[in-house]
Amino acid sequence: MLSSIVRRLLQTIGVVLVMSALVFAALYLIGDPVSMLASPEATEAERELIRQSLGLDLPLWHQYLIFLNKAFVHLDFGNSFLTGEPAMRLIFERMPATLELATAAMLLAVLIGVPLGIYAGLKPENFGARSVMTGSVLGFSLPNFWVGLMLIMVFAVFLHWLPAGGRGPVEAFGPIQLSVFSWEGWRSLMLPVATIATAKCALIIRVARAATRECLPLDYIKFARARGLSETRVLGVHLLKNILIPIVTIAGLEYGQVFAFAVVTETVFSWPGIGKLLIDSIITLDRPVVVAYLMLTVVFLSLLNLLVDIIYTILDPRVQSKAGA
Amino acid sequence: MDIALESPAVRAKRESMLRVFAEQFLSSKLAVLGLILLVLFLCLAILAPWIAPQNPFDIGTLKIMDSKLPPGSASSSGAMTHWLGTDGQARDVFSAILYGLRISLVVGLVSVSLAFAIGATVGLVSAYFGGRTDALLMRIVDIQLSFPAILVALVLLAVLGKGVDKVIYALVAVQWAYFARAARGAAIVERNKEYVQAARCMSLSWQRILWRHLFPNCIPPLMVIATIDLAHAIALEATLSFLGVGVPVTEPSLGMLISNGFEFMMSGAYWIAFFPGIALALVVVAINLVGDHLRDIFNPRNEI
Amino acid sequence: MKSLRKTILLSAIAVGFLSAGGMAQARDLTIALATEPSSMDPQFHSLTPNIQLSETIFDPLVRTDATARPIPSLAESWTVDGNVWLFKLRPNVKFSDGSPFTADDVIFTYARVPKVPNSPSSFTLYLQSIEKLEAVDPLTLKITTKGPSPVLLANLSIVPILSKKAASGPAPEGKTTVEMNRGDGLIGTGAYKFVSWRRGAEIVLDRNPHYWGTKPAWDKVTYRPISNPAARVAALLAGDIDVIENPPTDDLARLDKDKKLYIQKTPSLRVVYVALNQSKEVPPGMSGTDGKNPLTDKRVREALSLAIDRSAIVARIMDGVAQPAANLLAYPGFGASKKYSTAAAADTAKAKELLAAAGYPKGFTVSLGSPAGRYVNDQRIAQTVAAMWASIGIKTNVETMAPPVFFKKRDSYSFSTYLAGWAAATGEMAQPLTALVVSHDPAQGLGTTNWSHYSNPELDRLVVDASKTQDDGRRAEMLQRAANMAMADYAILPLQFELSVWAMKQDVRYGGRSDQLTLAQDITLAK
Repeated sequence: MLSSIVRRLLQTIGVVLVMSALVFAALYLIGDPVSMLASPEATEAERELIRQSLGLDLPLWHQYLIFLNKAFVHLDFGNSFLTGEPAMRLIFERMPATLELATAAMLLAVLIGVPLGIYAGLKPENFGARSVMTGSVLGFSLPNFWVGLMLIMVFAVFLHWLPAGGRGPVEAFGPIQLSVFSWEGWRSLMLPVATIATAKCALIIRVARAATRECLPLDYIKFARARGLSETRVLGVHLLKNILIPIVTIAGLEYGQVFAFAVVTETVFSWPGIGKLLIDSIITLDRPVVVAYLMLTVVFLSLLNLLVDIIYTILDPRVQSKAGA
Repeated sequence: MDIALESPAVRAKRESMLRVFAEQFLSSKLAVLGLILLVLFLCLAILAPWIAPQNPFDIGTLKIMDSKLPPGSASSSGAMTHWLGTDGQARDVFSAILYGLRISLVVGLVSVSLAFAIGATVGLVSAYFGGRTDALLMRIVDIQLSFPAILVALVLLAVLGKGVDKVIYALVAVQWAYFARAARGAAIVERNKEYVQAARCMSLSWQRILWRHLFPNCIPPLMVIATIDLAHAIALEATLSFLGVGVPVTEPSLGMLISNGFEFMMSGAYWIAFFPGIALALVVVAINLVGDHLRDIFNPRNEI
Repeated sequence: MKSLRKTILLSAIAVGFLSAGGMAQARDLTIALATEPSSMDPQFHSLTPNIQLSETIFDPLVRTDATARPIPSLAESWTVDGNVWLFKLRPNVKFSDGSPFTADDVIFTYARVPKVPNSPSSFTLYLQSIEKLEAVDPLTLKITTKGPSPVLLANLSIVPILSKKAASGPAPEGKTTVEMNRGDGLIGTGAYKFVSWRRGAEIVLDRNPHYWGTKPAWDKVTYRPISNPAARVAALLAGDIDVIENPPTDDLARLDKDKKLYIQKTPSLRVVYVALNQSKEVPPGMSGTDGKNPLTDKRVREALSLAIDRSAIVARIMDGVAQPAANLLAYPGFGASKKYSTAAAADTAKAKELLAAAGYPKGFTVSLGSPAGRYVNDQRIAQTVAAMWASIGIKTNVETMAPPVFFKKRDSYSFSTYLAGWAAATGEMAQPLTALVVSHDPAQGLGTTNWSHYSNPELDRLVVDASKTQDDGRRAEMLQRAANMAMADYAILPLQFELSVWAMKQDVRYGGRSDQLTLAQDITLAK
């Protein structure tokens, strides 16, 4: 098992290097990197400084190494054109907001999706089960921003129950700021979380249902029932343990997707996370921030995939027993 | 010599397969509903220039005094009734939906077709040649697939700029990998079957084998992907337009209409975002219902 | 018995605490901003969101009141003799860290302005006319200008005073912009002092205990940037915010009726205009003109102006929250003549005639560039103007983009025509004329925002002479003549004067300002 983890780790590093090479190529080979990375208002002296720090008169491979060094060792992606702040710092400041959103949404999706999926898998021809499945089609086909708009229209504009946007008050939690500690904070979280959770919940329902249908006819379930265990125990313990594998895998991979799709939700709800930062930076052509965001996402997604792979390897008893034998 | 000649027995079998397929499809009322809606929308979109009371893209005909009229109002010149109201630029919402539908559908269909062509080719080639080619191509596909579609599209559009054609390029870049993966999966299964071995023994060119033998058997799963992808493409284009990086503001697609209407929502002019929103939701859900049922028919075991 | 007495005693103490707490507790103020400042450095970017923060944390020598007239601030009084201005500074003023304010702080502040690097819109514009600065004594400042400088006071009001002690540092400009964004060096004499800035979320200020003026009404002021107008209004309605800037114009009718809210509308000095590229070569985005530029023909420009129905735009796009404009400054402002005080009604028939007479009966194609979200309803106005031009045969391609991108492209002449706004911050006509229609000569500080290639030497001379004329009466008359000349020539097409709108809770009052700044120190509890 260790060897497969190491292999995957190396693959991950390979992917990150390939992506960084692509970004490097886009910046350095297509067009002039100085005009890409220097603020349009920069004076000639400042451009010269940037030219030197990028090492543009050195051979290409050397420039790539400098780029890698700055990116991964110093986390230096240059300064935002708009605000003059280091791009990476901007991203780290805004990341907790997106983390809050993504984590709460995935938790909600799993907590609601798994029971519904199991229910749909138990008696698939049942009317209830079929409506759950139809509901799930609605859930993942409706565009994210549309769901958000509808929620705003109903809950904020007509009913005035919840705020139409913005993040609630925050408190420090170690090094980061979170808004989950107050009722006000939760009021602001509810609609954006519901928006994201709708599509992910639909997906989890389908995964849970498929896994349930696959596991139900298997021997160990029959065996558990034969032993006279209550249905709750059969489902809640034995079945659940086994369908957790695909669910955890999918949930983990989708977490990464949620992080990215937060761009839309954060725009609809004016949520100050990195998604909104990305859109604003793209629209205002603030390239250092876009580059920093891309590299961060590449690393984050690759690590996430690696983590999910490892967890899968640990959880899957078939792999375990093979390793043990 | 063409070994694909059909004997009467083969043709009869094919026809009864079609009938079986039609029966299976019609068994789901929801899917049928979806199909009807889809056909309806297609007709509306194609016939838009004749059905729509106004051409909302011809800005010279817009009279600003008619802006933000509620549904059911008559225009100031009395020439038409705005059944769904008008938007902030005095575009008749009903006409805007029809023309926006056109853009959404065209973008969706063109990008899916191109992605299908590119992806299927890559997948089939990968499956046929196997070995290192297969490993390399599929690794590229995997990397592409692990990246969220919206990010790839956003970055591409940031580089390429605004415009309908640029949106199509971005969508193709995002979608081809799905087709490649599905095509390769189906082709791998087919590759080992007897008729392919036979064809290889007869030293037919690989292009011939690929297109005349492998490809037709891979069509069912690819059609499922194409249908579902069409819905994704339309939803993605709407999302990109909503974010402001898609189609230009004077020829709005459904997503752009919703984006424009968002600002008016709070002040009571809900119809500007609401009706285009309903139209978009219906289109996407209809396509998904059809695609979902197709998937059930062709891959009964793969239910995710 | 014992426990009862104890209970009564404790309750009494508790009540005492509660009421004492109640009396000592002043209210906190929360303001929703339409645009987040790009920086806390008061000298980095001359942008309204930045300026209104710096004018709350710092004080300038001279302020402008709600109608743009100069009033004393850190300078108690001043005299002017030719090119020499003598400012008597206010005694016993302390910075928020307790250190005393002296003339040295002023000299340090003004010297820092040109040293701030990478400024997207530099403050050097406002200190252009200053030749020499001297501290005669710690409370007297002598400023020698390069020539007669009637607008010096208005210009100085936009450069508030930093603390030399706090803002000095190893870099040439002392504390750098990045350091100031973190709060380092932001020590001022203003009513409120800087506490924190979480980008995208909030800016927090506390009452300045050493403030020299009337006691600030609030304990804490929080600014929340909510750029989405719908979300801004929603936050106000939900009770989370006390005052919001720029509610969407569509909502005003509804908000006016709401008993829990108070709406303040104030005429502003901002004019929204359309500029036409008048170079000899065909500008980008133009086609169908046989290699010529029709915009150089006055008849074509007049046609374009006549096609625009300004009152319809004000009525339908702005929901009445603007005033149709025929000049660059509203009448009876200083330098605005009666002749161009009312906007002409649209006349599409005459417009088509003029086009035909100029040789373009079939019209031609142009591009219209516009920022998206910098001015109220800017892209909607641009689309409407495009539709109006299309109706007389001028096919118009609207290009909207984020404000920073728009300004860059505008400044490189990338459009045939563009829509923009200008705030006549000094309250008189010379400034908009100098910036917008005088020939482009940035080295001299002339035509700094004239990106249309319009150049009229006679107009230039008149404007420059006027700015050297000290006599108010004569200067006003010269400015009126100059503005009339520009309008008659259709050098630039003014569309409307914005009305600034603030919406607030019923128990809060803000009188508004013509320069559109939202100043926390001027927001009070309603009586």
